[in-house]
Amino acid sequence: MTPTANLAHQLEGLLGAAQVTTASEELSRYPVHGVLPTAVARPTNSQEVAEIVRFALTEKLSVLPTGGRSKLNIGKPPERYDIAIDMTGLHQLVHYDPGDLTLSADAGMTLQSLQEQLAEKRQFIPLSVPFLPQTTIGGTIASGIDSSIRLLYGTARDFLIGAEFVDGKGAICKSGGRVVKNVTGYDLHKLLIGSLGTLSVITRLNFRTYPLAESSASHLAAFRSAAEALEFRASLEKLGLPFSNLEILNPEFASTFAQALRKENAVVPSAFGREGWIVYSNWEGNSSVVSRIRTDVENSQRQGQFAQSLDGSQDRALRELFRVAFALLYGTSPHSAILRIVHHRISNDVLEKVHEIALKENLVHRLLLRPVGVSYLALTAGNDSPNSNESLSRGINATTVELLQIGATYSILQAPKHVTTDGNLWGPQGSDTSLMQRVKHAFDPNNVFAPGRLAGGF
Amino acid sequence: MSQLSAATKSSLLAELTGLLGAENVLCERSDLLLYEFDGSVVKGQPELVAFPRTTEEVSRVVKLANKFQVPIVGRGAGTGLSGGALARSGGLMIVFARMNRILEIDLENRRAVVQPGVVNLDITKAVEQAGFYYAPDPSSQKSCTIGGNVSENSGGPHTLAYGITTNHVTALELVLPDGEIVRIGSKQGDAPGYDLCGLFVGSEGTLALVTEITVKLSRKAEAVKTLLAIYETVEDASQTVVDITARGITPAACEMIDGWTLIAIEDYIHAGFPRDSAAILLIEVEGLRESVAEQVTAIEEVCNLHHAREVRVAKDDRERELLWKGRKNAFGAMGRLAPANYVLDGVIPRSKLPQALRRIQEIGQRHGLGIGNIFHAGDGNLHPLVLYDPRKPHDFETAIQAAEEIIRYCVELGGTLTGEHGVGMEKSELMPLLFTDADFDLMRRIHDAFNPSSSLNPGKIFPLSKGCGEIRTRSKPQQVVPS
Repeated sequence: MTPTANLAHQLEGLLGAAQVTTASEELSRYPVHGVLPTAVARPTNSQEVAEIVRFALTEKLSVLPTGGRSKLNIGKPPERYDIAIDMTGLHQLVHYDPGDLTLSADAGMTLQSLQEQLAEKRQFIPLSVPFLPQTTIGGTIASGIDSSIRLLYGTARDFLIGAEFVDGKGAICKSGGRVVKNVTGYDLHKLLIGSLGTLSVITRLNFRTYPLAESSASHLAAFRSAAEALEFRASLEKLGLPFSNLEILNPEFASTFAQALRKENAVVPSAFGREGWIVYSNWEGNSSVVSRIRTDVENSQRQGQFAQSLDGSQDRALRELFRVAFALLYGTSPHSAILRIVHHRISNDVLEKVHEIALKENLVHRLLLRPVGVSYLALTAGNDSPNSNESLSRGINATTVELLQIGATYSILQAPKHVTTDGNLWGPQGSDTSLMQRVKHAFDPNNVFAPGRLAGGF
Repeated sequence: MSQLSAATKSSLLAELTGLLGAENVLCERSDLLLYEFDGSVVKGQPELVAFPRTTEEVSRVVKLANKFQVPIVGRGAGTGLSGGALARSGGLMIVFARMNRILEIDLENRRAVVQPGVVNLDITKAVEQAGFYYAPDPSSQKSCTIGGNVSENSGGPHTLAYGITTNHVTALELVLPDGEIVRIGSKQGDAPGYDLCGLFVGSEGTLALVTEITVKLSRKAEAVKTLLAIYETVEDASQTVVDITARGITPAACEMIDGWTLIAIEDYIHAGFPRDSAAILLIEVEGLRESVAEQVTAIEEVCNLHHAREVRVAKDDRERELLWKGRKNAFGAMGRLAPANYVLDGVIPRSKLPQALRRIQEIGQRHGLGIGNIFHAGDGNLHPLVLYDPRKPHDFETAIQAAEEIIRYCVELGGTLTGEHGVGMEKSELMPLLFTDADFDLMRRIHDAFNPSSSLNPGKIFPLSKGCGEIRTRSKPQQVVPS
């Protein structure tokens, strides 16, 4: 029996033949940067997940949990990738108490399906993220992907109230609970956010839910320069209004947005036709709140500045587009590198330097300046020729040098396989790296989960 | 109970004095008495107390303690309610009272960097003129310190809308149990990698000592309204809370105080609370003027639907502040009712509030104990105050038994042991109600990854019982008898 057949045979013994596959066409649906697993296991409950992990431990195999497989190229390819655990068989809304605004759902449930069920009660989880309909709640949490309305609702760490997961010893563990306030025991579930499957297999997640807003509206303003756009956004921030989003797009990314709207046969707001920097603000609430904010925002406009307010279907289309903004960056080209940059205030000087680097290396750069100090930069080379890859490598490294000089932190979320970077995925190692390694070792002492997905020995 | 040999204590004292100066070290029994209490019903006395003034001094003190294999416990103002900052195993207590400087205020980015001994309310005082404040507001905010808040992941009335301490901390400087100084998180938040701040905030001083904290500053709301809703029955008040939650109205705060507790508070504070009602709700809404006006109307409607006798909106800041003074000083007023009380911190799903309050009343009656309720109703965080007289034989034991029954019921309802006070040494033996052996095994591995010899804050969070499969005979807390 070949090693693959033997692996399949043993997994089938655990789960049954219907829940295991080694067929090459099936395996080809689980690539991580082109690396394929040896087998795919499809558990239907936490106990089966635990059995798979214990089996992997015994056989010294590595496992990688997958959900909708929409973001598997975030992070590095795993050093070993024996078993893909397809979590989509765990897809129940286990507990939902609309009166309590809390829920508990299986990790393999799609976010869209969950949001649809919550919408029946006029509620939602403020995870406004791309890759619907396939993305699962487990994948959304494990990838740590940003929500476009985090300015108002916060990040997953603010409304993820508990989790169940299988640790690296194959034990089913939990953290937190189903109540909105809880300090009992260590907050281990927070560590799972953005861990890319390196700490555990998430099997269930508990969230606080929120009431859906009655209405929303948006405002777009176009500027010839980054400096003007930054200044306008700062003036909106000073208003102290409860914006749900307040983002800036550079001209290249604004053009990508316009193309996406045309593709959907949606009306392209005139602001996108100005080939300039775009400041997008969005807010929500009851009609009087929405109207009040609109008035204040419009009063902030300068004379001669191009700006437009949007509501109804145009607002909704735009809100949707900003929800998928990261996917637009991610899907721009396979020859793109994406950096997530965290800095409290990216200045015009830095933006100009990034522009110069892109020009010098003949790269297209698309920029999304989220509020709360998080920005995304996609650098795209023309093709995957060795020259282009070298150019992209130089572009990334020169950009990260600039970022480090201003004290920013960054993560390289995606880079083509042949592109090499000076730093690791999370930038230069700080004194906290050894602490993270201790966390990894405590969760996964035998390094069974996605070894190498995160750089630095994780 | 002394754990250290006289020779060890003497040598450590000499080295500590050399390092920090005699004015920053305590060793006399009369001085140490002050540090054997916090706000809970348990106690534990340190054998030495040190007051470092810098992170480097903390690191050197930790290394000294390690050299003599002496356990260490960190402490802020000692206002905790779970015994988290008590020296359960004796040893050295590091008190952060003299590391009390606000190091940086960055209003543009809404951050403040502070030392752990800064008093919670002092952050707000430092920025309120500019229209900002620090959101988590424990009732003890006039005296509790940020370092203690971080360790316990403290809450407060306004955490209903704004979250607890963990939601407002973006970076920490830590001294690990081996004396190493590390920084985690980032000023902005969203630091790359695992969310270490999420782990360390609320770890109750069992993983590291916190020596610097970066907190978020929030902008003061444009409009604030405070409502006082008065009820003839606790049932109606609790149904109001259930209904407010179910309608998706999120007030900034929603507090409940029950009837006879109100009398004691009113006698003490004169806050304007009724003396003849079964319960009140203190509800605050904040935000844009338009939003506040609509929320007030909606809340009034719900209160009236559930038979509120009166709904009063505070007419000005003075009246509003007086109502809050009544709430925040309520625990102090309990001294008028009984010589001692045991404050619980269980949390329940909010929809279960009416039945939980009924059960608490039943438990009190069955044990012949008065139990008052002053709590964060909006997030289901109960604070039953079990009144007892420590001078009466068995009264304390009965109070502990009643408390345990209440906590068990919270867990039965899908709730938890503690919402904001922490587990400490007071609730550690109840942890198996919630956690399995596998859960403990993982938490223990995390603990040991940072604090392998348990030199830092030993005897906290984890049950002392050897196994974890079932609740064992509770190791009784040492009773605190008022003098």
